[in-house]
Amino acid sequence: MTSPSIRLGVLALPALVVFVAFWLLPMARLVAVGAGGPRGVAAYAAIVTDANYLSSLVSTVVLSIVVTFATLVVSGIAGMFLQRNRFPGRGLLVSLLTFPLAFPGVVVGFMVIMLAGRQGLIGSVTDALFGSKLVFAYSIAGLFLGYLYFSIPRVILTVMAAVEKLDGALEEAARSLGANGWQVLRDVIIPGLRPALISAGAICFATSMGAFGTAFTLATNINVLPITIYTEFTNYANFSIAAALSIVLGIITWAALAFARTLAGSTVAAAA
Amino acid sequence: MDDNAASVRLAGCAKTFPDGTQALKPLDLDIAAGETIVFLGPSGCGKTTLLRIIAGLTAPDLGGRVYFGDDEVTARPIERRNVGMVFQSYALFPNMSVLDNVAYGLRVRGVAGAERRAQAQRLLEMMQLGAFGERRIDQLSGGQRQRVALARALAVKPRVLLLDEPLTALDAKLRESLRVEIDRLLRSLGITSVYVTHDQGEAMALGDRIAVMSHGRVEQIGTPQDIYYRPASAFVADFIGTMNRVTGTRENAVLRLPGGALTLPSHAPASEHALFRPEDVRIVEPARGALRGTVVSAFFLGNLTRVVVDLGGAQSVIVDTLLRRSFAKGEAVGLDVDASSILVPGALRNAAGERAD
Repeated sequence: MTSPSIRLGVLALPALVVFVAFWLLPMARLVAVGAGGPRGVAAYAAIVTDANYLSSLVSTVVLSIVVTFATLVVSGIAGMFLQRNRFPGRGLLVSLLTFPLAFPGVVVGFMVIMLAGRQGLIGSVTDALFGSKLVFAYSIAGLFLGYLYFSIPRVILTVMAAVEKLDGALEEAARSLGANGWQVLRDVIIPGLRPALISAGAICFATSMGAFGTAFTLATNINVLPITIYTEFTNYANFSIAAALSIVLGIITWAALAFARTLAGSTVAAAA
Repeated sequence: MDDNAASVRLAGCAKTFPDGTQALKPLDLDIAAGETIVFLGPSGCGKTTLLRIIAGLTAPDLGGRVYFGDDEVTARPIERRNVGMVFQSYALFPNMSVLDNVAYGLRVRGVAGAERRAQAQRLLEMMQLGAFGERRIDQLSGGQRQRVALARALAVKPRVLLLDEPLTALDAKLRESLRVEIDRLLRSLGITSVYVTHDQGEAMALGDRIAVMSHGRVEQIGTPQDIYYRPASAFVADFIGTMNRVTGTRENAVLRLPGGALTLPSHAPASEHALFRPEDVRIVEPARGALRGTVVSAFFLGNLTRVVVDLGGAQSVIVDTLLRRSFAKGEAVGLDVDASSILVPGALRNAAGERAD
């Protein structure tokens, strides 16, 4: 008997094979490697017990959260403005803003160095003006700038699409009741954009947590978690710690995404 | 009458959009305090633009002025005009409960929490929604939503209540009952109201006065009876209700038609046309009617029967009759129309105001 479910199962087989071969097995192996080192399962605990790993984790999470909020503010305002206003060159500006979507992290890092590095633009300007070079490309500020730079385009597009779908009558209704610009923003526009801001923010957070190229290019003194994993793996051949850190990084990011999904989901349901 | 209710005066208000289309031709309009005025017209006639100018959502072209009572409000945006507005799409805030929606205007005015909730609750009770305060908006039916929107608009004690096709999104039965409710509300509150619709039934039932609009101008403004019985232009005559229009040759006060002759009112202007309503035509014996024709079709509508009668010469007349009989296709009938219920179009301004009919 070839019931529809059996046929469906046959059709799903290639996807299942790919899932098992390239996701399930490596993940299982990774988990096992994490627990298979000299420390055993304690490798997973090392991320909180070892000061180096813990500071790496905390700085990565804090940086990602700050980047996420800064991106949401900047892109929220810019996306709202770009969607609501028509002016000459608007199309060009939008495509320029979304241009960095195609850049790998290395290029973003390179651009930060050109801007705020030892020979950078900001350095030469401050040198000419105050006689001292302002260099922050290799600090957490440079990393923040780079992350912001590659996060903004993603969020701006989402915000613009969400702004377009806002019901203009809601804003007019609020104004007719006496609400000023800030009150309309607080009570109508931001609640209307909330689901989009949450999901865009979640993607932004996840991308920042896992970003590697920018941090690697800037060779900062802050060890973000992906860099720590890289050094453990290549420099010290500390496979079990590298694997354990990878799993923890994955779980934190996944949990953030799942949390955002339930948050956004409940909002969507409430707005339907 | 509501103490807050303001008269509204528009002086020289026109609206030209950036692309050059003139949505509204220069207009002067007086709306008395406590009056309900209906802007009626087909889509694109400028009625919504006019409402938005009164609301403060659209600025009139330079030189246009809007007054509420003695205050000139032309330069004031909507949030400082103290109007209430009801939208076709309800425009309720989905992130707030029913009660918070109604209390919103009081909240932005800084009324304390307990006081504004009590006021909002009173309004909900007035709309028979007292038990719905804690509900979410998506738990309400369309009719309930529009009643919440009305309560929200009234909560701020507006000087003018503006309703933009508030019943259009509802189904026919609900529209009827909510219309009655709105009518009762507007009468009992004595609030100045501006109501925009394309539905002439709504306009007739609700308006103290109706402004019939077409192509950015007010064709006629008057009571529902004025508009219906004494249309001032060919557009109004054709737009409001059903109007028969017949053409013949004129002999003094008589218009000769293929099927007979109509006696026109005395002093009727020189014209070869005559207009009359279906309900003003009586069906009589073929031999005794002023006009004779044959039945083309008949529709039994319950309260009346609508009969289409061919007069010959490619002219036909629609007759609404209360006669409790049926009509067969091809049946010969006689028709009578009282001279007093006939309009002769020379007395009307034609639709464009200048082109001869």
